[in-house]
Amino acid sequence: VTTPGSMAAIAGVGELRPVRDSGDRTTLEMITEVSRLAVADAGLEPAAIDGLLVGPMVGETPMHVPATVGEYLGMSLRFANVVDLGGASAIGMVWRAAAAIREGVCEAVLCVLANTLTETRPRSPNRNPIREFDVPFGASGANVNYAMIKQRHLSQWGSREEDFAEIVVRERDNAQRHPDSIFHGKPVSREEVLSSPMIASPLRLLEIVMPVAGGDAVVVIAADRIAPAAHGMVKVLGAAEQITHRALSQAPELTSGPLKPAIARALARAGCAAEDLDLLSLYDCYSVLVAITIEDIGLCPPGQFGAWMAEHDFGPDGDFPLNTHGGQLGFGQPDLAGGMTHIVEAVRQLRGDAAGRQIRDAGRALVTGNGATMGEATALVLGAA
Amino acid sequence: MIGIERLATLEVPGPTVTALTAPFWEAAREHRLLIQRCTACERPIFYPRACCPYCWADSPDWIEATGEATLDSWSVVSRPGHPGWRDAVPYTVALVRLAEGPVMLSQILGDPRSLRADMPLRVVWVQCAGTILPFFEPASAGVGAGPNSPR
Repeated sequence: VTTPGSMAAIAGVGELRPVRDSGDRTTLEMITEVSRLAVADAGLEPAAIDGLLVGPMVGETPMHVPATVGEYLGMSLRFANVVDLGGASAIGMVWRAAAAIREGVCEAVLCVLANTLTETRPRSPNRNPIREFDVPFGASGANVNYAMIKQRHLSQWGSREEDFAEIVVRERDNAQRHPDSIFHGKPVSREEVLSSPMIASPLRLLEIVMPVAGGDAVVVIAADRIAPAAHGMVKVLGAAEQITHRALSQAPELTSGPLKPAIARALARAGCAAEDLDLLSLYDCYSVLVAITIEDIGLCPPGQFGAWMAEHDFGPDGDFPLNTHGGQLGFGQPDLAGGMTHIVEAVRQLRGDAAGRQIRDAGRALVTGNGATMGEATALVLGAA
Repeated sequence: MIGIERLATLEVPGPTVTALTAPFWEAAREHRLLIQRCTACERPIFYPRACCPYCWADSPDWIEATGEATLDSWSVVSRPGHPGWRDAVPYTVALVRLAEGPVMLSQILGDPRSLRADMPLRVVWVQCAGTILPFFEPASAGVGAGPNSPR
Protein backbone atom coordinates (compact mmCIF):
# COMPACT_ATOMS: atom_id res chain seq x y z
CA VAL A 1 0.00 0.00 0.00
CA THR A 2 1.13 3.51 -0.76
CA THR A 3 2.54 5.54 2.07
CA PRO A 4 0.60 8.57 3.32
CA GLY A 5 1.30 11.64 1.25
CA SER A 6 1.33 9.78 -2.07
CA MET A 7 0.54 11.98 -5.04
CA ALA A 8 -2.57 11.17 -7.06
CA ALA A 9 -2.96 11.38 -10.85
CA ILE A 10 -5.49 10.31 -13.49
CA ALA A 11 -4.03 7.33 -15.32
CA GLY A 12 -6.79 6.32 -17.73
CA VAL A 13 -10.18 7.27 -19.11
CA GLY A 14 -13.12 5.54 -20.82
CA GLU A 15 -16.23 6.83 -22.54
CA LEU A 16 -19.26 5.27 -24.19
CA ARG A 17 -20.70 6.71 -27.36
CA PRO A 18 -23.89 8.57 -26.41
CA VAL A 19 -27.12 6.99 -27.66
CA ARG A 20 -30.76 8.07 -27.47
CA ASP A 21 -31.90 4.55 -26.56
CA SER A 22 -29.87 1.99 -24.63
CA GLY A 23 -32.34 -0.79 -25.43
CA ASP A 24 -32.31 -3.83 -23.17
CA ARG A 25 -29.05 -3.04 -21.43
CA THR A 26 -28.95 -2.54 -17.66
CA THR A 27 -26.98 0.10 -15.81
CA LEU A 28 -24.63 -2.60 -14.50
CA GLU A 29 -23.85 -3.65 -18.06
CA MET A 30 -23.12 -0.06 -19.09
CA ILE A 31 -20.84 0.37 -16.06
CA THR A 32 -19.04 -2.83 -17.00
CA GLU A 33 -18.32 -1.65 -20.52
CA VAL A 34 -17.00 1.80 -19.64
CA SER A 35 -14.99 0.44 -16.69
CA ARG A 36 -13.17 -2.03 -18.93
CA LEU A 37 -12.31 0.82 -21.30
CA ALA A 38 -10.89 3.04 -18.57
CA VAL A 39 -8.89 0.32 -16.84
CA ALA A 40 -7.45 -0.82 -20.17
CA ASP A 41 -6.57 2.78 -21.02
CA ALA A 42 -4.71 3.01 -17.73
CA GLY A 43 -2.74 -0.08 -18.69
CA LEU A 44 -3.84 -1.86 -15.54
CA GLU A 45 -5.04 -5.37 -14.82
CA PRO A 46 -8.54 -5.45 -13.26
CA ALA A 47 -7.05 -6.86 -10.05
CA ALA A 48 -5.02 -3.67 -9.64
CA ILE A 49 -8.20 -1.71 -8.92
CA ASP A 50 -8.73 -1.57 -5.16
CA GLY A 51 -11.09 1.40 -4.88
CA LEU A 52 -14.51 2.13 -6.38
CA LEU A 53 -16.64 5.24 -6.49
CA VAL A 54 -20.06 4.98 -8.11
CA GLY A 55 -23.21 7.06 -8.46
CA PRO A 56 -26.42 6.36 -6.55
CA MET A 57 -29.13 3.90 -7.64
CA VAL A 58 -26.75 1.92 -9.84
CA GLY A 59 -28.40 -1.29 -10.98
CA GLU A 60 -31.65 0.33 -9.94
CA THR A 61 -31.26 -0.72 -6.32
CA PRO A 62 -30.84 2.05 -3.76
CA MET A 63 -28.74 0.31 -1.10
CA HIS A 64 -25.40 -1.52 -1.05
CA VAL A 65 -24.56 0.01 -4.42
CA PRO A 66 -20.74 -0.17 -4.23
CA ALA A 67 -20.80 -3.82 -3.14
CA THR A 68 -23.25 -4.65 -5.94
CA VAL A 69 -21.01 -3.10 -8.59
CA GLY A 70 -17.80 -4.42 -7.04
CA GLU A 71 -19.16 -7.95 -6.88
CA TYR A 72 -20.44 -7.78 -10.46
CA LEU A 73 -16.94 -6.89 -11.64
CA GLY A 74 -15.26 -9.43 -9.35
CA MET A 75 -13.36 -6.80 -7.41
CA SER A 76 -11.99 -6.94 -3.87
CA LEU A 77 -12.00 -3.36 -2.64
CA ARG A 78 -10.17 -1.41 0.05
CA PHE A 79 -12.34 1.65 -0.49
CA ALA A 80 -15.85 2.01 -1.90
CA ASN A 81 -18.55 4.64 -1.79
CA VAL A 82 -21.46 6.28 -3.53
CA VAL A 83 -20.88 9.89 -4.46
CA ASP A 84 -24.26 11.58 -4.73
CA LEU A 85 -23.68 15.17 -5.82
CA GLY A 86 -25.62 15.46 -9.08
CA GLY A 87 -23.56 17.13 -11.77
CA ALA A 88 -20.74 17.71 -9.28
CA SER A 89 -20.36 13.98 -8.66
CA ALA A 90 -17.52 13.34 -11.11
CA ILE A 91 -15.20 15.94 -9.60
CA GLY A 92 -16.36 14.83 -6.18
CA MET A 93 -15.19 11.34 -7.06
CA VAL A 94 -11.77 12.42 -8.25
CA TRP A 95 -10.84 14.33 -5.11
CA ARG A 96 -12.17 11.60 -2.85
CA ALA A 97 -10.09 9.10 -4.76
CA ALA A 98 -7.03 11.35 -4.44
CA ALA A 99 -7.63 11.78 -0.73
CA ALA A 100 -8.01 8.05 -0.18
CA ILE A 101 -4.79 7.41 -2.11
CA ARG A 102 -2.89 10.09 -0.19
CA GLU A 103 -4.18 8.59 3.04
CA GLY A 104 -2.73 5.24 2.04
CA VAL A 105 -6.10 3.50 2.08
CA CYS A 106 -5.83 2.23 -1.50
CA GLU A 107 -3.82 2.58 -4.69
CA ALA A 108 -6.12 2.62 -7.74
CA VAL A 109 -9.68 3.92 -7.61
CA LEU A 110 -12.19 3.34 -10.43
CA CYS A 111 -14.59 6.30 -10.60
CA VAL A 112 -17.53 5.36 -12.81
CA LEU A 113 -20.91 6.81 -13.77
CA ALA A 114 -23.28 5.40 -16.41
CA ASN A 115 -26.99 5.48 -17.12
CA THR A 116 -29.59 3.84 -19.32
CA LEU A 117 -32.20 5.68 -21.38
CA THR A 118 -35.15 4.24 -23.24
CA GLU A 119 -37.84 6.04 -25.14
CA THR A 120 -39.97 3.00 -25.77
CA ARG A 121 -40.45 1.45 -22.35
CA PRO A 122 -40.30 2.42 -18.71
CA ARG A 123 -37.29 1.35 -16.70
CA SER A 124 -37.73 -1.94 -14.88
CA PRO A 125 -37.64 -1.27 -11.15
CA ASN A 126 -34.96 -2.70 -8.91
CA ARG A 127 -33.00 -4.89 -11.31
CA ASN A 128 -30.00 -6.45 -9.58
CA PRO A 129 -28.55 -9.94 -9.12
CA ILE A 130 -30.03 -10.55 -5.64
CA ARG A 131 -33.49 -9.55 -6.83
CA GLU A 132 -33.16 -11.89 -9.81
CA PHE A 133 -31.31 -14.90 -8.37
CA ASP A 134 -32.05 -14.91 -4.58
CA VAL A 135 -35.50 -13.40 -4.01
CA PRO A 136 -37.39 -15.83 -6.33
CA PHE A 137 -36.07 -18.70 -4.17
CA GLY A 138 -37.68 -17.34 -0.99
CA ALA A 139 -34.49 -15.75 0.35
CA SER A 140 -35.51 -12.15 1.03
CA GLY A 141 -33.85 -10.24 3.85
CA ALA A 142 -30.76 -10.65 6.01
CA ASN A 143 -31.95 -13.31 8.49
CA VAL A 144 -31.73 -16.30 6.14
CA ASN A 145 -28.26 -15.23 4.98
CA TYR A 146 -26.79 -14.94 8.48
CA ALA A 147 -28.57 -18.20 9.34
CA MET A 148 -26.58 -19.92 6.59
CA ILE A 149 -23.37 -18.31 7.88
CA LYS A 150 -24.11 -19.71 11.35
CA GLN A 151 -25.06 -23.14 9.97
CA ARG A 152 -21.74 -23.35 8.14
CA HIS A 153 -19.89 -22.41 11.35
CA LEU A 154 -21.74 -25.16 13.22
CA SER A 155 -21.03 -27.69 10.45
CA GLN A 156 -17.42 -26.73 9.81
CA TRP A 157 -16.18 -26.30 13.36
CA GLY A 158 -18.64 -28.26 15.46
CA SER A 159 -19.33 -25.07 17.40
CA ARG A 160 -22.03 -25.18 20.06
CA GLU A 161 -25.42 -23.46 20.18
CA GLU A 162 -24.77 -22.70 23.87
CA ASP A 163 -21.77 -20.57 22.96
CA PHE A 164 -23.73 -18.47 20.46
CA ALA A 165 -26.43 -17.99 23.13
CA GLU A 166 -23.74 -16.94 25.62
CA ILE A 167 -22.82 -14.00 23.36
CA VAL A 168 -26.40 -12.70 23.64
CA VAL A 169 -26.44 -13.25 27.41
CA ARG A 170 -23.23 -11.27 27.92
CA GLU A 171 -24.30 -8.37 25.69
CA ARG A 172 -27.62 -8.19 27.56
CA ASP A 173 -25.69 -8.18 30.83
CA ASN A 174 -23.70 -5.18 29.64
CA ALA A 175 -26.92 -3.45 28.53
CA GLN A 176 -28.09 -3.54 32.17
CA ARG A 177 -25.43 -0.88 32.86
CA HIS A 178 -26.67 1.41 30.07
CA PRO A 179 -29.98 3.03 31.08
CA ASP A 180 -30.85 3.97 27.48
CA SER A 181 -30.59 0.43 26.11
CA ILE A 182 -33.82 -1.09 24.79
CA PHE A 183 -33.26 -4.16 26.99
CA HIS A 184 -32.36 -2.24 30.16
CA GLY A 185 -33.96 -4.04 33.07
CA LYS A 186 -34.33 -7.16 30.95
CA PRO A 187 -31.38 -9.52 31.36
CA VAL A 188 -31.75 -12.85 29.61
CA SER A 189 -30.59 -16.38 30.43
CA ARG A 190 -28.92 -18.84 28.11
CA GLU A 191 -32.00 -21.07 28.36
CA GLU A 192 -34.25 -18.18 27.31
CA VAL A 193 -32.11 -17.54 24.24
CA LEU A 194 -32.09 -21.21 23.31
CA SER A 195 -35.85 -21.54 23.72
CA SER A 196 -36.75 -18.37 21.81
CA PRO A 197 -38.60 -18.97 18.53
CA MET A 198 -36.63 -20.22 15.55
CA ILE A 199 -36.76 -17.58 12.81
CA ALA A 200 -34.50 -19.14 10.19
CA SER A 201 -32.61 -22.13 11.54
CA PRO A 202 -30.20 -22.13 13.28
CA LEU A 203 -30.90 -18.47 14.18
CA ARG A 204 -33.34 -17.87 17.02
CA LEU A 205 -35.24 -14.67 17.75
CA LEU A 206 -32.97 -13.49 20.57
CA GLU A 207 -29.84 -13.91 18.42
CA ILE A 208 -31.19 -11.20 16.09
CA VAL A 209 -31.11 -7.47 16.82
CA MET A 210 -34.27 -5.67 17.86
CA PRO A 211 -35.16 -2.92 15.33
CA VAL A 212 -35.64 0.46 17.03
CA ALA A 213 -35.94 4.11 16.00
CA GLY A 214 -32.96 6.21 16.98
CA GLY A 215 -29.98 8.12 15.70
CA ASP A 216 -26.26 8.70 16.22
CA ALA A 217 -23.81 11.31 14.98
CA VAL A 218 -20.15 12.14 15.38
CA VAL A 219 -18.16 15.25 14.44
CA VAL A 220 -14.68 14.85 13.01
CA ILE A 221 -12.35 17.84 13.18
CA ALA A 222 -8.89 18.81 12.04
CA ALA A 223 -7.15 18.22 15.34
CA ASP A 224 -4.39 20.75 14.70
CA ARG A 225 -6.73 23.59 13.69
CA ILE A 226 -9.78 23.45 15.95
CA ALA A 227 -9.57 23.58 19.71
CA PRO A 228 -11.22 20.64 21.46
CA ALA A 229 -14.03 20.98 23.99
CA ALA A 230 -13.31 20.56 27.68
CA HIS A 231 -13.73 16.77 27.55
CA GLY A 232 -10.97 16.58 24.95
CA MET A 233 -11.07 14.51 21.82
CA VAL A 234 -10.51 10.96 20.75
CA LYS A 235 -7.83 10.28 18.18
CA VAL A 236 -8.42 8.37 14.96
CA LEU A 237 -5.41 6.06 15.04
CA GLY A 238 -6.22 3.86 12.07
CA ALA A 239 -8.98 2.79 9.72
CA ALA A 240 -9.47 0.26 6.94
CA GLU A 241 -12.21 -1.02 4.68
CA GLN A 242 -12.72 -4.19 2.63
CA ILE A 243 -15.62 -5.03 0.33
CA THR A 244 -15.86 -8.51 -1.20
CA HIS A 245 -19.45 -9.25 -2.17
CA ARG A 246 -23.14 -8.37 -1.90
CA ALA A 247 -24.89 -11.75 -2.35
CA LEU A 248 -23.92 -14.54 0.05
CA SER A 249 -23.55 -16.96 -2.90
CA GLN A 250 -20.56 -14.86 -3.99
CA ALA A 251 -18.81 -14.84 -0.59
CA PRO A 252 -15.21 -16.10 -0.73
CA GLU A 253 -15.83 -17.82 2.64
CA LEU A 254 -18.78 -18.24 5.00
CA THR A 255 -16.95 -18.52 8.34
CA SER A 256 -14.49 -15.63 7.90
CA GLY A 257 -15.10 -12.30 6.24
CA PRO A 258 -13.54 -9.12 4.90
CA LEU A 259 -13.48 -7.94 8.53
CA LYS A 260 -10.33 -10.01 8.92
CA PRO A 261 -8.07 -8.01 6.54
CA ALA A 262 -9.80 -4.73 7.45
CA ILE A 263 -9.13 -5.23 11.17
CA ALA A 264 -5.54 -6.29 10.50
CA ARG A 265 -4.82 -3.18 8.42
CA ALA A 266 -6.53 -0.80 10.86
CA LEU A 267 -4.51 -2.23 13.76
CA ALA A 268 -1.29 -2.03 11.74
CA ARG A 269 -2.04 1.56 10.80
CA ALA A 270 -2.60 2.35 14.49
CA GLY A 271 0.59 0.53 15.39
CA CYS A 272 -1.05 -1.73 17.94
CA ALA A 273 -1.97 -5.36 18.45
CA ALA A 274 -5.29 -6.89 19.45
CA GLU A 275 -3.89 -7.45 22.95
CA ASP A 276 -3.32 -3.69 23.35
CA LEU A 277 -7.03 -2.89 23.06
CA ASP A 278 -9.06 -1.85 26.10
CA LEU A 279 -12.45 -2.10 24.35
CA LEU A 280 -13.80 -4.24 21.54
CA SER A 281 -16.82 -2.41 20.10
CA LEU A 282 -17.85 -5.05 17.59
CA TYR A 283 -20.73 -4.82 15.12
CA ASP A 284 -23.28 -7.43 16.17
CA CYS A 285 -26.37 -7.67 13.98
CA TYR A 286 -26.47 -11.38 14.91
CA SER A 287 -24.79 -13.58 17.51
CA VAL A 288 -22.77 -15.32 14.82
CA LEU A 289 -21.13 -12.10 13.62
CA VAL A 290 -19.58 -11.52 17.06
CA ALA A 291 -18.23 -15.07 17.05
CA ILE A 292 -16.69 -14.68 13.60
CA THR A 293 -15.31 -11.23 14.43
CA ILE A 294 -13.55 -12.57 17.55
CA GLU A 295 -11.98 -15.23 15.33
CA ASP A 296 -11.17 -12.76 12.52
CA ILE A 297 -9.41 -10.43 14.97
CA GLY A 298 -7.19 -13.40 15.72
CA LEU A 299 -7.99 -13.62 19.44
CA CYS A 300 -8.39 -17.38 18.99
CA PRO A 301 -8.08 -19.94 16.18
CA PRO A 302 -11.01 -20.25 13.73
CA GLY A 303 -13.90 -22.15 15.27
CA GLN A 304 -12.65 -21.66 18.84
CA PHE A 305 -14.61 -18.59 19.96
CA GLY A 306 -16.61 -20.61 22.49
CA ALA A 307 -13.57 -21.93 24.31
CA TRP A 308 -11.97 -18.47 24.15
CA MET A 309 -15.06 -16.80 25.61
CA ALA A 310 -15.08 -19.20 28.53
CA GLU A 311 -11.66 -17.84 29.53
CA HIS A 312 -12.58 -14.16 29.29
CA ASP A 313 -14.98 -11.61 30.72
CA PHE A 314 -16.75 -9.07 28.46
CA GLY A 315 -17.90 -6.70 31.21
CA PRO A 316 -16.45 -3.21 31.77
CA ASP A 317 -14.41 -4.61 34.66
CA GLY A 318 -13.42 -7.74 32.76
CA ASP A 319 -10.21 -8.59 30.95
CA PHE A 320 -11.79 -8.12 27.47
CA PRO A 321 -14.55 -5.49 27.66
CA LEU A 322 -16.74 -6.12 24.59
CA ASN A 323 -19.74 -4.03 23.56
CA THR A 324 -20.05 -2.32 26.92
CA HIS A 325 -23.16 -0.44 25.72
CA GLY A 326 -24.84 -3.80 25.22
CA GLY A 327 -24.03 -3.96 21.55
CA GLN A 328 -26.91 -3.71 19.15
CA LEU A 329 -28.15 -7.03 20.56
CA GLY A 330 -28.65 -5.30 23.90
CA PHE A 331 -28.99 -1.63 22.98
CA GLY A 332 -31.24 -2.07 19.94
CA GLN A 333 -30.56 -1.45 16.24
CA PRO A 334 -31.64 2.01 15.02
CA ASP A 335 -31.22 0.96 11.40
CA LEU A 336 -28.01 2.35 9.84
CA ALA A 337 -27.28 4.33 13.01
CA GLY A 338 -26.83 1.00 14.80
CA GLY A 339 -23.29 0.79 13.51
CA MET A 340 -22.55 4.24 14.89
CA THR A 341 -23.61 3.22 18.41
CA HIS A 342 -20.35 1.26 18.52
CA ILE A 343 -18.36 4.44 17.76
CA VAL A 344 -20.27 6.57 20.28
CA GLU A 345 -19.68 4.02 23.01
CA ALA A 346 -15.97 3.84 22.20
CA VAL A 347 -15.68 7.64 22.36
CA ARG A 348 -17.47 7.73 25.72
CA GLN A 349 -15.20 5.05 27.14
CA LEU A 350 -12.02 6.72 25.86
CA ARG A 351 -13.11 10.10 27.25
CA GLY A 352 -13.95 8.55 30.61
CA ASP A 353 -17.62 9.50 30.18
CA ALA A 354 -19.18 6.03 30.41
CA ALA A 355 -20.82 6.55 33.77
CA GLY A 356 -21.77 3.32 35.53
CA ARG A 357 -19.88 1.15 33.05
CA GLN A 358 -16.53 2.93 32.72
CA ILE A 359 -13.53 0.82 31.78
CA ARG A 360 -10.58 1.79 33.97
CA ASP A 361 -7.80 3.62 32.09
CA ALA A 362 -9.35 2.97 28.67
CA GLY A 363 -6.70 3.92 26.12
CA ARG A 364 -7.52 2.19 22.84
CA ALA A 365 -10.67 0.80 21.24
CA LEU A 366 -11.34 -1.26 18.14
CA VAL A 367 -14.67 -0.51 16.43
CA THR A 368 -15.99 -2.66 13.58
CA GLY A 369 -18.74 -2.19 11.02
CA ASN A 370 -20.39 -4.76 8.79
CA GLY A 371 -22.83 -4.56 5.91
CA ALA A 372 -24.78 -6.67 3.45
CA THR A 373 -24.12 -10.42 3.85
CA MET A 374 -20.79 -10.05 5.70
CA GLY A 375 -19.39 -8.55 2.49
CA GLU A 376 -18.85 -4.91 3.47
CA ALA A 377 -16.40 -4.42 6.35
CA THR A 378 -14.90 -1.42 8.13
CA ALA A 379 -12.54 -1.22 11.11
CA LEU A 380 -11.51 1.79 13.17
CA VAL A 381 -8.97 2.15 15.97
CA LEU A 382 -9.58 5.05 18.36
CA GLY A 383 -7.27 6.29 21.08
CA ALA A 384 -7.66 8.46 24.17
CA ALA A 385 -6.00 11.85 23.74
CA MET B 1 -43.67 -27.97 4.43
CA ILE B 2 -46.02 -27.86 1.47
CA GLY B 3 -45.97 -30.20 -1.51
CA ILE B 4 -44.09 -29.03 -4.54
CA GLU B 5 -47.29 -28.95 -6.56
CA ARG B 6 -48.53 -26.14 -4.29
CA LEU B 7 -45.47 -23.98 -4.94
CA ALA B 8 -47.05 -23.11 -8.28
CA THR B 9 -49.95 -21.46 -6.45
CA LEU B 10 -47.81 -19.16 -4.26
CA GLU B 11 -48.02 -15.43 -4.82
CA VAL B 12 -44.30 -14.70 -4.64
CA PRO B 13 -41.97 -12.52 -6.73
CA GLY B 14 -40.42 -14.12 -9.79
CA PRO B 15 -37.10 -13.15 -11.39
CA THR B 16 -36.47 -9.74 -12.96
CA VAL B 17 -35.25 -11.14 -16.26
CA THR B 18 -33.00 -8.96 -18.42
CA ALA B 19 -31.96 -9.45 -22.05
CA LEU B 20 -28.57 -10.66 -20.84
CA THR B 21 -29.96 -13.23 -18.37
CA ALA B 22 -32.88 -14.40 -20.54
CA PRO B 23 -31.04 -17.51 -21.86
CA PHE B 24 -30.78 -18.84 -18.27
CA TRP B 25 -34.53 -18.54 -17.68
CA GLU B 26 -35.47 -19.83 -21.14
CA ALA B 27 -33.30 -22.92 -20.58
CA ALA B 28 -34.87 -23.40 -17.14
CA ARG B 29 -38.25 -23.82 -18.83
CA GLU B 30 -36.67 -26.80 -20.65
CA HIS B 31 -35.16 -28.12 -17.38
CA ARG B 32 -31.63 -27.23 -18.45
CA LEU B 33 -29.31 -25.47 -15.98
CA LEU B 34 -27.18 -22.92 -17.82
CA ILE B 35 -24.16 -21.16 -16.38
CA GLN B 36 -21.54 -19.06 -18.14
CA ARG B 37 -17.92 -19.84 -18.97
CA CYS B 38 -15.29 -17.25 -19.78
CA THR B 39 -14.01 -17.47 -23.37
CA ALA B 40 -10.54 -16.33 -22.25
CA CYS B 41 -9.74 -17.84 -18.83
CA GLU B 42 -12.39 -20.59 -19.16
CA ARG B 43 -13.55 -20.24 -15.57
CA PRO B 44 -17.23 -21.03 -14.98
CA ILE B 45 -19.43 -18.11 -13.84
CA PHE B 46 -22.72 -17.80 -11.97
CA TYR B 47 -24.83 -15.57 -11.77
CA PRO B 48 -24.74 -14.42 -15.41
CA ARG B 49 -22.70 -11.30 -16.08
CA ALA B 50 -21.74 -9.03 -18.96
CA CYS B 51 -18.07 -9.91 -18.51
CA CYS B 52 -15.94 -12.44 -16.68
CA PRO B 53 -15.52 -11.35 -13.04
CA TYR B 54 -12.05 -12.94 -12.91
CA CYS B 55 -10.33 -11.53 -16.03
CA TRP B 56 -12.93 -9.08 -17.43
CA ALA B 57 -12.98 -10.75 -20.84
CA ASP B 58 -16.08 -9.82 -22.82
CA SER B 59 -19.25 -11.84 -23.38
CA PRO B 60 -18.89 -15.18 -21.59
CA ASP B 61 -20.32 -18.27 -23.32
CA TRP B 62 -23.26 -20.26 -22.00
CA ILE B 63 -22.65 -23.86 -21.00
CA GLU B 64 -25.00 -26.48 -19.60
CA ALA B 65 -24.24 -27.52 -16.02
CA THR B 66 -24.61 -31.16 -14.94
CA GLY B 67 -27.03 -30.29 -12.14
CA GLU B 68 -24.77 -32.10 -9.66
CA ALA B 69 -23.79 -30.11 -6.60
CA THR B 70 -22.79 -30.21 -2.94
CA LEU B 71 -24.30 -28.43 0.05
CA ASP B 72 -22.34 -25.47 1.45
CA SER B 73 -24.98 -24.36 3.96
CA TRP B 74 -28.70 -24.16 4.55
CA SER B 75 -31.44 -22.61 6.68
CA VAL B 76 -34.95 -23.82 7.42
CA VAL B 77 -37.04 -20.66 7.17
CA SER B 78 -39.92 -20.27 9.62
CA ARG B 79 -40.47 -16.53 9.24
CA PRO B 80 -39.84 -15.46 5.63
CA GLY B 81 -38.62 -12.02 4.64
CA HIS B 82 -41.33 -11.80 1.98
CA PRO B 83 -44.98 -12.30 3.04
CA GLY B 84 -45.77 -14.33 -0.08
CA TRP B 85 -43.63 -17.17 1.28
CA ARG B 86 -45.57 -17.50 4.58
CA ASP B 87 -47.81 -20.16 3.06
CA ALA B 88 -44.77 -22.30 2.30
CA VAL B 89 -43.07 -22.48 5.73
CA PRO B 90 -41.02 -24.27 6.78
CA TYR B 91 -38.90 -24.40 3.65
CA THR B 92 -35.15 -24.87 3.23
CA VAL B 93 -33.00 -22.23 1.54
CA ALA B 94 -29.48 -23.35 0.69
CA LEU B 95 -26.15 -22.37 -0.79
CA VAL B 96 -25.39 -25.01 -3.38
CA ARG B 97 -21.92 -25.48 -4.86
CA LEU B 98 -22.30 -26.66 -8.44
CA ALA B 99 -19.95 -29.41 -9.65
CA GLU B 100 -18.59 -26.82 -12.11
CA GLY B 101 -17.51 -24.57 -9.19
CA PRO B 102 -19.85 -21.59 -8.81
CA VAL B 103 -22.19 -21.32 -5.82
CA MET B 104 -25.89 -20.56 -6.28
CA LEU B 105 -28.67 -19.89 -3.83
CA SER B 106 -31.59 -22.29 -4.13
CA GLN B 107 -34.00 -24.41 -2.11
CA ILE B 108 -33.65 -28.02 -0.96
CA LEU B 109 -36.62 -30.38 -1.12
CA GLY B 110 -37.16 -33.12 1.46
CA ASP B 111 -36.58 -33.54 5.18
CA PRO B 112 -34.01 -30.96 6.38
CA ARG B 113 -33.04 -33.22 9.29
CA SER B 114 -31.18 -35.40 6.79
CA LEU B 115 -28.98 -32.54 5.58
CA ARG B 116 -25.22 -32.54 6.20
CA ALA B 117 -22.61 -30.04 5.05
CA ASP B 118 -20.94 -30.95 1.75
CA MET B 119 -23.40 -33.79 0.99
CA PRO B 120 -24.07 -34.48 -2.72
CA LEU B 121 -27.16 -32.93 -4.30
CA ARG B 122 -28.86 -32.94 -7.68
CA VAL B 123 -31.09 -30.45 -9.41
CA VAL B 124 -34.88 -30.80 -9.37
CA TRP B 125 -37.04 -28.54 -11.53
CA VAL B 126 -39.98 -26.97 -9.75
CA GLN B 127 -42.67 -24.57 -10.88
CA CYS B 128 -42.84 -21.76 -8.32
CA ALA B 129 -45.53 -19.15 -8.97
CA GLY B 130 -45.14 -18.63 -12.74
CA THR B 131 -41.46 -19.60 -13.03
CA ILE B 132 -39.57 -22.86 -13.44
CA LEU B 133 -36.78 -22.77 -10.82
CA PRO B 134 -33.82 -25.08 -10.22
CA PHE B 135 -34.24 -26.52 -6.72
CA PHE B 136 -32.07 -29.32 -5.34
CA GLU B 137 -32.48 -32.56 -3.38
CA PRO B 138 -30.08 -35.03 -1.77
CA ALA B 139 -28.53 -37.15 -4.51
CA SER B 140 -29.52 -40.27 -2.54
CA ALA B 141 -33.22 -39.29 -2.38
CA GLY B 142 -35.89 -41.71 -3.57
CA VAL B 143 -34.35 -44.38 -5.76
CA GLY B 144 -35.87 -44.08 -9.23
CA ALA B 145 -37.55 -40.79 -8.44
CA GLY B 146 -37.57 -38.66 -11.54
CA PRO B 147 -36.69 -34.98 -11.43
CA ASN B 148 -40.31 -33.94 -11.09
CA SER B 149 -41.80 -36.76 -9.06
CA PRO B 150 -43.86 -35.42 -6.17
CA ARG B 151 -42.56 -36.28 -2.73
